[in-house]
Amino acid sequence: MLKRILTARETILAAAILALLVLIAVRFPAFVAPSNLIAVFNDTSPLMLLALGQMIVILTKCIDLSVAANLALTGMCVAMLNIMMPGLPVAVIIVIAVALGTLMGMINGLLVWKLDIPPIVVTLGTMTIFRGIIFLISNGKWVNAHEMSPAFKAFPRAELLGLPMMSWVAILVILAFFVLMTRTSLGRAVYAVGGNPHAAVYTGIDVGRTKFTAYTISGALAGLTGYLWVSRYAVAYVDIAGGFELDTVAAAVIGGVSIAGGVGSVFGAVLGALFLGVIKNALPVVNISPFWQLAISGSAIIVAVAFNAQANRTKGRVILKQAEAAA
Amino acid sequence: MSTSSTHHIPDTLVSPLAKRLKSWESLLLVVAVAIFIANCFASPYFLNAWNLSDATFNFTEKAMIAFAMALLIIAGDIDLSVASIIALASTAMGAAVQAGVGTPGLVAIGLATGLAAGAFNGVLVTRLALPSIVVTIGTMSLFRGIAYIVLGDQAYRGYPESFAFFGQGYVFWVISFEFVLFAVLAVIYGVLLHKTNFGRSVYAIGNNPTGALFSGIRVQRVRFVLFLLTGLMSGVAAICLTSRLGSTRPSIGFGWELEVVTMVVLGGVSILGGSGSIPGVVIAAFVMGMVTFGLGLLNVPGIVMSIVIGALLIGVIALPRLWSKLRWGA
Repeated sequence: MLKRILTARETILAAAILALLVLIAVRFPAFVAPSNLIAVFNDTSPLMLLALGQMIVILTKCIDLSVAANLALTGMCVAMLNIMMPGLPVAVIIVIAVALGTLMGMINGLLVWKLDIPPIVVTLGTMTIFRGIIFLISNGKWVNAHEMSPAFKAFPRAELLGLPMMSWVAILVILAFFVLMTRTSLGRAVYAVGGNPHAAVYTGIDVGRTKFTAYTISGALAGLTGYLWVSRYAVAYVDIAGGFELDTVAAAVIGGVSIAGGVGSVFGAVLGALFLGVIKNALPVVNISPFWQLAISGSAIIVAVAFNAQANRTKGRVILKQAEAAA
Repeated sequence: MSTSSTHHIPDTLVSPLAKRLKSWESLLLVVAVAIFIANCFASPYFLNAWNLSDATFNFTEKAMIAFAMALLIIAGDIDLSVASIIALASTAMGAAVQAGVGTPGLVAIGLATGLAAGAFNGVLVTRLALPSIVVTIGTMSLFRGIAYIVLGDQAYRGYPESFAFFGQGYVFWVISFEFVLFAVLAVIYGVLLHKTNFGRSVYAIGNNPTGALFSGIRVQRVRFVLFLLTGLMSGVAAICLTSRLGSTRPSIGFGWELEVVTMVVLGGVSILGGSGSIPGVVIAAFVMGMVTFGLGLLNVPGIVMSIVIGALLIGVIALPRLWSKLRWGA
């Protein structure tokens, strides 16, 4: 039991993050001050949210490359809505953002479920289409800070018990996801579909429908993050979060989510996102050009996937990981 | 080849006329002609030898990569790092220019970088048995990331005069060097895929890798060679593109992997592997080139064209499936 906990991906990753923090703290103690760690967590919140969406999609043997474009389109829509109706309460805007994101996720899901088109093709296509639509509705213009209402910008920064709201949203979603993946039949179905689709069919799980639900959840999270992103940075334009979809895949893969489906955990994905977040925030502190970020993410993906493959080779295929752990 | 024959290995390359008329390639040819005619009506500037020659630059470089990518996808793999290999190869050439390397040296460096990047992908996929899609998503970040580390927000310029020939030179009247290269490569890849043992093994691997292995095909070696070829073609495209632009920025060729994959899929290659043809990819290249050029003449911005490309990618796969679903009432 102890050995299992010690060799679990989550433990190794948490140790790696700690080691990284210690390494930075030796030279730059200010980096590990509680206020800065909160700032790092807050800054990584969007990545954690999207990584969870990416995780549930990858668990079903699919991939969602449209999350960043979904985020950008939703962000632009709510920003423009805010200009048109500055009096609209933030709660309504959040509901609209989640609804828009959900709709886009459902489009992906329907194409994968009903027409059986390979997920990579669907989401590569919708990725460009969503980005193009942002250009169409905005005419390529930016929505700047002074055009947004104060309430619209205030929400993600508002602090509760010393933590910004954006962090609270991330924490709530992580907890909700933990319950969803470990305590509901949908969570089981997701693991079963990815672990062994044929067996899943015989146990009465609708494989296509489960994939559709996974895409819908991923879309909803992207929509929610779209509002948070645009209001936090107080700017919306065509290219926001460009290439961010790769970071979400990287976070999931680093967190131990197997690209072949069926293997992965909520805390793994969260730690994977935090790992990338710490690196990203540490680069300017240790005086390395931010241009290194892209190459580091890429290398991290390759190392993590190689590591996953080695780890999976020794044991048989695990369909329901939690059940095995309990036994 | 019809969409229902995903797992069908043709035992002969000569098909009856009727079957040929109903094939994806014929359909695509009709579409190409229709777009050509529509373009003639849409813009008075379209039907001009020099304009049409300019139009070919819209697809020649991407099509060079698409030929190799077609083989890779038929064999059941994919390479999403091709656009980043362009950035890496272009950066390597740019750095060499600063060191005073001449045109032959630049070409060698461009090709070598492409080969090395392809070999890196190939080793990861075949030796470590990793899924090609994740590996190339990773190397897509890595290769372009290296270009960003080297260049930052700077650009390399000052390519020698003679280097401009590859992207800007004309062989005869309006026939550009790039177009000739495109045609030659189309023939080479057509022969390679449709007339050689190597091509047969590519189909076999795509349809049934285990069966291919048991019938004596060196599956891993063929897959490795395909990654090498895709890297090499990205290097060739990098030479042409860098020569045409005359400068290197780390964002060079950004998003091209999508257009290359779209071109291959539009050309009738099954994304699941096992079927497809080079003539299909050639016609698809013309279709995409003419669509983007026609829209460009109508002053449609590039990002709107990308909507069209994205819709094409999903549409060409969705429509036949939708059609067969409606037909069988499933």
